[in-house]
Amino acid sequence: MNTPAGDPAATAPATGTTRVKRGMADMLKGGVIMDVVTPEQAVIAEEAGAVAVMALERVPADIRRDGGVARMSDPDMVDGIIDAVSIPVMAKVRIGHFVEAQVIQSLGVDYVDESEVLTPADEAHHIDKWQFDVPFVCGATGIGEALRRLGEGAAMIRSKGEAGTGNVVEATRHMRSIAGSIRRLSTMDTAELYAAAKEFRAPVDLVREVAETGRLPVVLFTAGGIATPADAAMMMQLGADGVFVGSGIFKSGNPEERARAIVEATTNYDDPSVIAKVSRGLGEAMVGINLDDLDASERYASRGW
Amino acid sequence: MSDPATSLPATRPRHAAWVPGGRLDGVATPVNLPDDAPLVGVLALQGDVHEHEVVLNRVGARVRRVRRAEHLDGLDGIVVPGGESTTIGKMLRRFDLLDDLAARLAGGLPALGTCAGMILLSRELDQDFDQPLLGVLGVRTRRNAFGRQVDSFDTSLDVAGIDGGPVDVSFIRAPVVVEVLDDDVEVLAAVDLGPVVVRQRNLLATSFHPEVTGDDRLHAGWVATLGS
Repeated sequence: MNTPAGDPAATAPATGTTRVKRGMADMLKGGVIMDVVTPEQAVIAEEAGAVAVMALERVPADIRRDGGVARMSDPDMVDGIIDAVSIPVMAKVRIGHFVEAQVIQSLGVDYVDESEVLTPADEAHHIDKWQFDVPFVCGATGIGEALRRLGEGAAMIRSKGEAGTGNVVEATRHMRSIAGSIRRLSTMDTAELYAAAKEFRAPVDLVREVAETGRLPVVLFTAGGIATPADAAMMMQLGADGVFVGSGIFKSGNPEERARAIVEATTNYDDPSVIAKVSRGLGEAMVGINLDDLDASERYASRGW
Repeated sequence: MSDPATSLPATRPRHAAWVPGGRLDGVATPVNLPDDAPLVGVLALQGDVHEHEVVLNRVGARVRRVRRAEHLDGLDGIVVPGGESTTIGKMLRRFDLLDDLAARLAGGLPALGTCAGMILLSRELDQDFDQPLLGVLGVRTRRNAFGRQVDSFDTSLDVAGIDGGPVDVSFIRAPVVVEVLDDDVEVLAAVDLGPVVVRQRNLLATSFHPEVTGDDRLHAGWVATLGS
């Protein structure tokens, strides 16, 4: 650890603080984080302008197709991805699987995603994320879930969406739900906030903080079903700070072009002429799944407690 | 393209705190700024744009988001924020802003670069990364010099010219200057690994993020030099 040279007045450096965990997420804002399963895909993502890559064993569309238990990525693969790119590397672990998180932290991964896309390892508990120096991002379908994750130490929130479907409707629902609940909270008086905390099953201190500031105290990204530049821009206009793209890139006809187009649409989310330009000639988007065709047991968004 | 607003609204009703595009302006300190307050651009391609805007407003500057070359007209200074330097660099090139901005900086437009901003201002990187740079600041910089995210840290350190004791700062996957290339580069603060605050004529760069800590002195000192 480096200390300020010759400066007795300065305080000792502190790692793993809430400020550097949440601050790291601030630096990702306005950017696109892409799911990758190999170092080669990570290089394509970096070239396209991704702000970070997410290492996982299989992209969600393949997890849906193949079934079975989905787990954290092989450490060799994570090392390979870390060596292949200069941008931050994130990795997914199973909900509640704190040992997978310990392993991923020891590999030098920059952010851990405790993700419903993998098969949950604990049906009642999420990871106690305060025990880690590495920051965590967690999924949420609404404000209560977001605040419960923050209470457990998450430093970044993403909507869950319905990963691996190429269908953005669930992500839309979650973003609108979170935004709508924040607007509701900010009109409540102090007594109503206690009832709201009960309704949302969320820590009352966090409920009060959201009501007072009119925002989540951390960065909010969107994930789940983003397949096109217009999907990404819509999520940004709905209030997302940035976008996770999973199967949408490497399950499409032209990953390089699509990755780049989604990055450019995210930067220029409020400029339809740019979104139109980057949407031209991208080839086939991933086929997509209508959510009515999914059984309840196949819905990832309902995982997490 | 929405109008690049020159400053946050003086007052913002609480119910409107959630605004489109992830710009969660609810925590911005409402300020009334006169029309002759310095107008500072914040390069808004990616990164912690909003954090800089809030601090700049607090220290008396009007703010404009810069995403196109025409947004550079009439600025008294520009902030190159924290973020991913590879992403911001690629966006600068793809949206034809790289050469225009570099020319303005070479022509004397004052700039403050933090973290990724320091990297982008630098003339050289000491790593073999293929990434576009503005290349105007006479230093060689090393990315992620302190390690990975688990090595990111909060600290306080003395910065030459900033009164009132050490400045409270966050180093997040931070770069460091490994070599000063020009005689007129001043080192205003350093750690064991090398310089972390440097100034060369109109350019000021920090390895760390003064914008996320609430210690506004570095921004205040910089804004006070603008337009003079």
